[in-house]
This record gives sequence, structure tokens and C-alpha cells, in this order.
Amino acid sequence: MGLWKEFIQKPIQQNPVFVLVLGLCPTLAVSTSLANGVAMACAATGVLICSNVLISLIRKFIPNQIRIACFIVVIAGFVTMCEIIMKALAPEAINKALGIFIPLIVVNCIILGRAEAYASQHGPLASMLDGLGVGVGYLLSLGLISFIREVLGAGTLWGYRLTPVVLGGTTVIPEYTPAAVLGMAPGAFIIIGLLFGLFYWIGNRRREAARCAAVPAVPQVARDFPKPPKEGAEAGGPGRGRRAAGRGAAVGPSAQVLTQGARRAQGKG
Amino acid sequence: MEAGYVELAIASILISNFVLAKFLGFCPFFGVTRRMSDSVGMGLAVIFVMALASAVTALVYRHLLLPTSDQHTNVLEAWLGLSVPQPEGYVLVLKTISYILVIAGLVQFVEMVLRKNVPNLYRAMGIYLPLITTNCAVLGVALLNTEAWRDPANGLPLAKAAWNGFCGGVGFLLAMVLMSSTRERIAENRVPRALRGLPIAFISAGLMALAFLGFTKLFGISV
Repeated sequence: MGLWKEFIQKPIQQNPVFVLVLGLCPTLAVSTSLANGVAMACAATGVLICSNVLISLIRKFIPNQIRIACFIVVIAGFVTMCEIIMKALAPEAINKALGIFIPLIVVNCIILGRAEAYASQHGPLASMLDGLGVGVGYLLSLGLISFIREVLGAGTLWGYRLTPVVLGGTTVIPEYTPAAVLGMAPGAFIIIGLLFGLFYWIGNRRREAARCAAVPAVPQVARDFPKPPKEGAEAGGPGRGRRAAGRGAAVGPSAQVLTQGARRAQGKG
Repeated sequence: MEAGYVELAIASILISNFVLAKFLGFCPFFGVTRRMSDSVGMGLAVIFVMALASAVTALVYRHLLLPTSDQHTNVLEAWLGLSVPQPEGYVLVLKTISYILVIAGLVQFVEMVLRKNVPNLYRAMGIYLPLITTNCAVLGVALLNTEAWRDPANGLPLAKAAWNGFCGGVGFLLAMVLMSSTRERIAENRVPRALRGLPIAFISAGLMALAFLGFTKLFGISV
């Protein structure tokens, strides 16, 4: 079933933080502890699903010129509802930590982005699944970031103190003094930067593997050491793909270099 | 504590910079800082809109959302005879939606005025203006001012609210200029392939935030 398959792939392929690079402000601000991160992701997901469904239902009646304003009003309504529900149900500490970032969901680009890119062109069911899929992706990435920041920055996990792990008399994980800076602003930037780097690295490797698999009968040596034509040609990453293209990253010439080198080697072999 | 204008300025430009300490306004911070001229244009537009928006949302908060008290009258109550619920008024229910509408309208209005009266400035700033509606720093300063008004002793009068917005914008411009000059330098250097582009920008922003952490309690001002 197409819809289901699309939904399953969405959290990774359309991950709002690491692929679409949307909604960074709350991601950095509330990821100080896992509980905050999960609460924020749930609030945003709830608003995203509701606004996606409603916008998809009324998409035929919205005049094209003022659609963004209509989207914002719909989203603001759901955000207000979400704020009231959070005030009533969520623990005081979480409300205090999330603070103005709950009302700021209004200007969160994830929600407006999905409304514009998906819900205004698809039916209600597909839009709901889209909201859920993107929301799960948001939950995953926010959970990952806040997990790292809470464990390393505060030495706790979901509010519980982490104790040294001792297995059979030997200390496997020793007592850890948390690095408070990771819980503060600089730590958030640096951890997200490193995570971005990690995912880019994995993406680059996978793309390269795919390219190598697509060029058959190339000797291993040629694949590993393509002839460098001149210094500096490898300055741009080989085809960073669609992900980077939108941000104007330099898509370097070495993609062509690599295939040229491979072809040359093929001709020789 | 009654904060003076200078203290407010230092607090919102250096100590709790909107971008580097409060995590507001990242879309332009990473989106348009690739060139210095872009980031200066965006920063100036944000200063302008933030100062105006905090003044207008201050008026909306006092005269539309809060019920009449001895310090201010509610326009709806006085002119239309609507009964505004005590003591919270419409703050919880209508705050978000009215602020975002005010900001969107304001941005549209500024764009129209600039296009008609100051075409040169419009040509320089015009393309950044629509982006500002969804800049969370603008809505953020309005919401933060509202939070401060919860406590009557702490609330900022209209002029100070506008000043707070202006200084927040200056802090934003400062962060944008620092970031774009860093990125212009980075672009000329060799960076490990996986870190090129956004990752290295994040890491340099982190180092910048680390430096700004040093302004904590500057001149004894606590935020």
C-alpha cells in the first residue's frame, strides 16, 4: 500500500531536523533534558497533525493569494489549544522549561512547511499520516539530541541520576562528572553540529557506495585512488545531492573526476 | 527592580543575545548568513520590525487583551461594551493568534510604506521583509515582554518595551554579522568533507555562544 510505505519512510527521509533543516529554534532550546524534548516533540506533532488535517480539508476553499495567512491562523488556533492543554495536564517543571517555545510553535517552519508543501495538495488521510510521520521524525531527532545533552551535560536520564556500572567487580562505566556546558547554549550548537556532521558522513558514504556499485567492473584500486587531476579539485564533496543543493553548498567537481578516473582505469584494464 | 535603558540594552544585546543565548531566529541566522551584505540587510530589517512589533503588541496586550484596571483601559470594554473576563482577560486564549496577526500585518504595512516612500531602502531590504513574519525572534520578543508583564513590578512600559525590541534586534544584527564574517572566512578554507556547510556553521556558532557566555553578570546585570 503506497500510503503506508510512504509513512514508514517519512521519519528518516523527511526528517525535519536533519534532512529538511526546519524548526531549529525549539530543537536547540528545549533539548536540555529528554523529558523536555519529548514533551516539545509531542506538542508540535499534535499541532502538526491537527493543522495538516484541517488545512487539507479546507484546501479547496482557500484563495491562493492569502493561503499563508490562512495557514497561520489555523496553526495559531491549534497552538493556543495545545498551550491550554499543556497548562492543564503537563507537569509544572515542563511548562516552565518549555516556556515561550509552546506559543512559538506558530512560527515553527516544520508546521507551516508541511502545510504548504503537503497538506495543501493532498487529502486528509494522507495529510494526517504525513503529519504523524514527520512528527515521529521530529520526536526521534529531538529525542536523540536531548538524550545526548542530558546524559553528558547533567549526568541524568529522564531525571534519574546515572550511577557507575560495575560488572563482576570491574567498573565498566566509571563515575562521571557532567560537563555543564553541554546543557547550556554552546553545547547545544556544538552537539547538533557534530550530529549533522555524522549524518552527512553516513550519507556521503552511502552515496559513494551506491555509485561504486553502479559502476561495475572497476578495479578496487581505481575506486579507492582515483587520479587527482589537480590540487583543490576535491574541495567540494562528491555530489552532496538534493539535500545540500537547496542550501547552495558547493557541489564539487570530484564526482565527475571520480567517474572519469574510473572510466580511464576501465579503459586501461 | 527598575531596569534603566542602558541596562536593558546591555542585557539584550550581550548577556542574553536573542540568537546565541535565547535560541530565537535561527532560520535567518543559518539561512542568510552566507554573505555579509545579506546578513546586514536582514539584521536591519529585523531591528526595525522588532522595535515596532514590541510596541504594537504592548498596546494590544494592554488595551485589547487585559481587562480594565487602574493603569489601563480595555478598548473593547470601554467602546463596545463587551465584558472582558477578570482577571486574566483574553490573554491565554487570544495572545498567540493576535500577536502573529499583528506582526504579519505590520510586516505587510512596512513593506507597502517602504515601497511607496523609500524605494532605495525597499530595494535593499524588501526581499527580507516577508521572511520576518516567521522569524521567531519577533514573536519571541512580544511573548517575552508579555511574560515579564505577568509580574506587575517587572513589566516594561511602552517605551521600554519598544527599546527592548530594538536592542534585541541590534543583538540579532551583531550575531548575524559575526556569523557571516566567520562563514565567509570558512568558505575559503579546507574543511573536512562531512562538516562542510551547516555542521561547521553550527560548531562556529557554538564557539561564539561560548564567548558570549562570558558576558554573564556583566556590570552586575542579571537577566
